[in-house]
Amino acid sequence: MEYHLEFGWLADSLVAIANGVVITVGLTVATAILGIGVSILGAAGRRSGRAWLRGLVAGYVELIRNTPFIVQMFFIFFGLPSLGIRFNALAAAVLAMTVNLGAYGTEIMRAGLDAVPPGQREAGRALGMHGASIFLLIVLPQALRNIFPALASQIVITMLESAVVSQIAVRDLTYEADLIQSRTFRAFETYLLITFIYLALSVALRRTLRTIGRGLLGKGVG
Amino acid sequence: MAFTLWDILRNLLLAARWTVLLSIVGFVCGGSLGVLLLMLRVGPNRVLRTAVALHVEVFQGTPLLMQLFLVFFGLPLVGVDVEPWLVAGLALTLSASAYLTEIWRGCVEAIPLGQWDAAASLGLHRLQQLRLVILPQALRIAVAPTVGFFVQLVKSTALTSIIGFDELLKTANVINNATFEPFTVYGVVALIYFALCFPLSSCARLLERRLQGSGGLAT
Repeated sequence: MEYHLEFGWLADSLVAIANGVVITVGLTVATAILGIGVSILGAAGRRSGRAWLRGLVAGYVELIRNTPFIVQMFFIFFGLPSLGIRFNALAAAVLAMTVNLGAYGTEIMRAGLDAVPPGQREAGRALGMHGASIFLLIVLPQALRNIFPALASQIVITMLESAVVSQIAVRDLTYEADLIQSRTFRAFETYLLITFIYLALSVALRRTLRTIGRGLLGKGVG
Repeated sequence: MAFTLWDILRNLLLAARWTVLLSIVGFVCGGSLGVLLLMLRVGPNRVLRTAVALHVEVFQGTPLLMQLFLVFFGLPLVGVDVEPWLVAGLALTLSASAYLTEIWRGCVEAIPLGQWDAAASLGLHRLQQLRLVILPQALRIAVAPTVGFFVQLVKSTALTSIIGFDELLKTANVINNATFEPFTVYGVVALIYFALCFPLSSCARLLERRLQGSGGLAT
């Protein structure tokens, strides 16, 4: 039996694919921004003087890093409503992705902050700056420069893992692929094409992040 | 029939066997393929080097879920009957081989070039240089990231529930549909994954720290 790949369905599916790409990219951008925020807060908490806060952040990081993303998402989307906390699918997806990226980001950010020499902080104090501005203006930019490549690859990983949000009916690229293949019965071709779109997205995302990093943090980043 | 917490826990723990088994199969098969690809990746043939680099790029740059779907729908096209365990094992093997090849290439390239030269000056040919001189040194730095990757692999197995492999998460979905207790079911599932992964990640961290403590590479 000979099987021939058939892409005649593609013309009718372009709009659906484009919609899926928009959702997947949108989820990634929203998560990247929120996740970096969580990571900075997490890393700051991990270095705080309060032992309970350090313990809390450490517990969060370990719990997330040692469980699968899809389980975290199911817990948020299916489990939390039993406590009366309800989200629509899109909000649950963004929340799960942010919580996930935030945990990995906290560890990355912490390593970055640790690598900034203490002399930098002392220099800030000598200039009469107070704690928050020393952190935001002196320590954080230097830390970000060091860890930008690691952070960028974690964001790419988050984008790839976002394929799973189709399982709670968020209409991302994978969800659109599921719909297309159930209509055309050309499952292999559909997923082949969508896989290459994901590959293109991850290459494009990596390049974009590098450009953004260079623009924000100066040359030599990434 | 009412499900007690014990029923839920017992069934989930029984299902966790398949998660563990699939992780081990993926690791052993992926690792074997990874070693083979590593040989080609650091070998003298340029075409093969590029081909392996492409394999790594494709499998690291696309979602595992897509890889599972492609194997699931691709196997029948070449005349193989689709069995969820076969799809899960094959997809994880391919994916793991890409990650492990890349991790191990980093370790091989961390070995100073002088070691290759020294091995060559002893009259060893390329494969012997790799096997007798480079790999024993690279192995030392490879252990921690490899254990770290194993954690990632254990977590990845959860996705095989989507193509119908009866591992931990698939069983949880079934139990949830019967009991309507998603908070308990997915909470327990998360804890089981944590119990599997946390000792491994702690072990990876310990190994890494020990390596750094010993001064890392001998140069």
